[in-house]
Amino acid sequence: MYNLIGAGLIVIGGGIGLGQIGGKAMEAIARQPEAAGKIQTAMIIIGALLEGLAFGALILGK
Amino acid sequence: MNIFKKIRKASILFFFSLTVAFGYANSFSDTAGNVQGNPIDTNEEIRDYISHHLQDSHDFTLFTNGKTGKHVGFPLPVIIFDEGFKFFMSSKFHHGTAVAESGGSYYKIYHGKIYKTNAQGDLTLDAHEHPTNKRPLDLSITKSVLGMLLVGLIMILLFSSLAKGYKKNAVPTGLSGILEPLVLYVRDEIAAPNIGPKYRKYMGFLLTVFFFIWISNLLGLTPLGFNITGQIAVTVCLALFTFIIVQFSGNKEYWKHIFWMPGVPVPMKIILMPIEILGMLTKPFSLLIRLFANITAGHFVVMSLIALTITMKAAFGPIAATGTSLILSLFITVIELLVAFLQAFIFTMLSALFIGMAVEEHH
Amino acid sequence: MDLLNDFSPGLFIMQAVILLILIILMRKFAWKPILDAVSSREEGIKDALASAEAAKKEMQNLQADNERILQEARAERDGILKDARELKTSMIAEAKAEAQAEADKVVSQAQTQIQNEKKAAMADLKKQVASLSVEIAEKVVRNELTNKNKQLELVESMLGDVVLN
Repeated sequence: MYNLIGAGLIVIGGGIGLGQIGGKAMEAIARQPEAAGKIQTAMIIIGALLEGLAFGALILGK
Repeated sequence: MNIFKKIRKASILFFFSLTVAFGYANSFSDTAGNVQGNPIDTNEEIRDYISHHLQDSHDFTLFTNGKTGKHVGFPLPVIIFDEGFKFFMSSKFHHGTAVAESGGSYYKIYHGKIYKTNAQGDLTLDAHEHPTNKRPLDLSITKSVLGMLLVGLIMILLFSSLAKGYKKNAVPTGLSGILEPLVLYVRDEIAAPNIGPKYRKYMGFLLTVFFFIWISNLLGLTPLGFNITGQIAVTVCLALFTFIIVQFSGNKEYWKHIFWMPGVPVPMKIILMPIEILGMLTKPFSLLIRLFANITAGHFVVMSLIALTITMKAAFGPIAATGTSLILSLFITVIELLVAFLQAFIFTMLSALFIGMAVEEHH
Repeated sequence: MDLLNDFSPGLFIMQAVILLILIILMRKFAWKPILDAVSSREEGIKDALASAEAAKKEMQNLQADNERILQEARAERDGILKDARELKTSMIAEAKAEAQAEADKVVSQAQTQIQNEKKAAMADLKKQVASLSVEIAEKVVRNELTNKNKQLELVESMLGDVVLN
């Protein structure tokens, strides 16, 4: 039960983080469409790091 | 963006060829030694089934007839190191229902793992329902090992043909025309920008890992029921390779940054040292957890959605349940195709990044 | 699903062995030839582009050369033509002058000849007149000598005439 609540919290946190990354990346691409490739790569890397964190927490909480 | 189109083309081709070959219905492939004559239809059984699928297995079962308990598939060789090597086929276990005898010792499979037992196959369980029996070193050709061998074979066939093609023609055509941009993608987008001028040395590792993970992920989406990159042992091994390569290619500055951070006062240096050492270890840890969790979650979600056809039958009727399940699982499978590539890309990318950090020349 | 229990050391060892072998095999039989071929192809393309650029430059140089040579040839032609024209005019002038001189010479020769001829004719005429006069004089003298007075008179008048002439 508690670890389900924990999982929910992790997902909320991760979701907010991913939303921030994605939103900012979109803004950046809209501002500088010619740098889209680099921004995308950086976005994916940061997203992956965040994802690793969230998954780590999920697995450790299991 | 052209590269993504080609990747999509390649993965769709690959996915559909295997899907057509083996059929959608086989998704529920390997089965536990579930009670014979009893189809899987309750939530509990489905959960067991899925967790069984996520685990490694000692036999290759395409599907099981639940009513008769007949398994369609073939057994795989078991190799155990327990006071000397022991070989026998996994059919000896009768899908976990029988005790296998080899060289005077008795073994039993419990939840996909081999335990040493007495002649009756008694297992003593602890508080967490884990057997306390001894686990011999299991070097069997399990389903995942078979999958890895298959992936290796596919890679060698594909890329040696690409390599041979260059002898005839400098510009590859056909299937090689799809493979070459992928190799160049790894070189130009992953290795070269992250590692720097010394990238050539690491290309062998990065390319192999990239294609190994990607093809394994794609193979996991086929109804064959492979779950190679969803095995924690496999991802641990992959991440360990990265870890070792990073440590061995680390230059003086890299080690200096870990043990004696330049440019900060001495007390900070002492505080930073354990943090940096921890960081050194968490990098590969996040690599292995990410890959493992993504693939496991993907398989879990796809199988759960397919299981909707059973769990929702009572509430919505068979047609609506099957339709919903089909649409949802199709949608998620398409996303999983993207994830399959993305995880391979991320793993290789971060490996390249870590190697790049280790070999970077500071000024 | 707890990780430590799920971790299979056997699978780990198998994966390590397979991955190691795969990396070595792929490196030898796939990645090395592929990357070598690709980079040599890229080198080839770079070289080809560079040589095309060089060829273009050379072409331009050649064209400029051609232009220059053409210009020179044109200038030379113009010079030759000009020379020829000058030569022509000078030749014509020379010829004209020569012809003039010749004509003048011929005319003056003719004039001197005429003069000579005239002189000769004059002399001849004088001689004839003289001989005629002598004849006449002979006749007259013969006629007159018969008469002494008349003779004297005649001589005297004749002498007077001669002096006058």
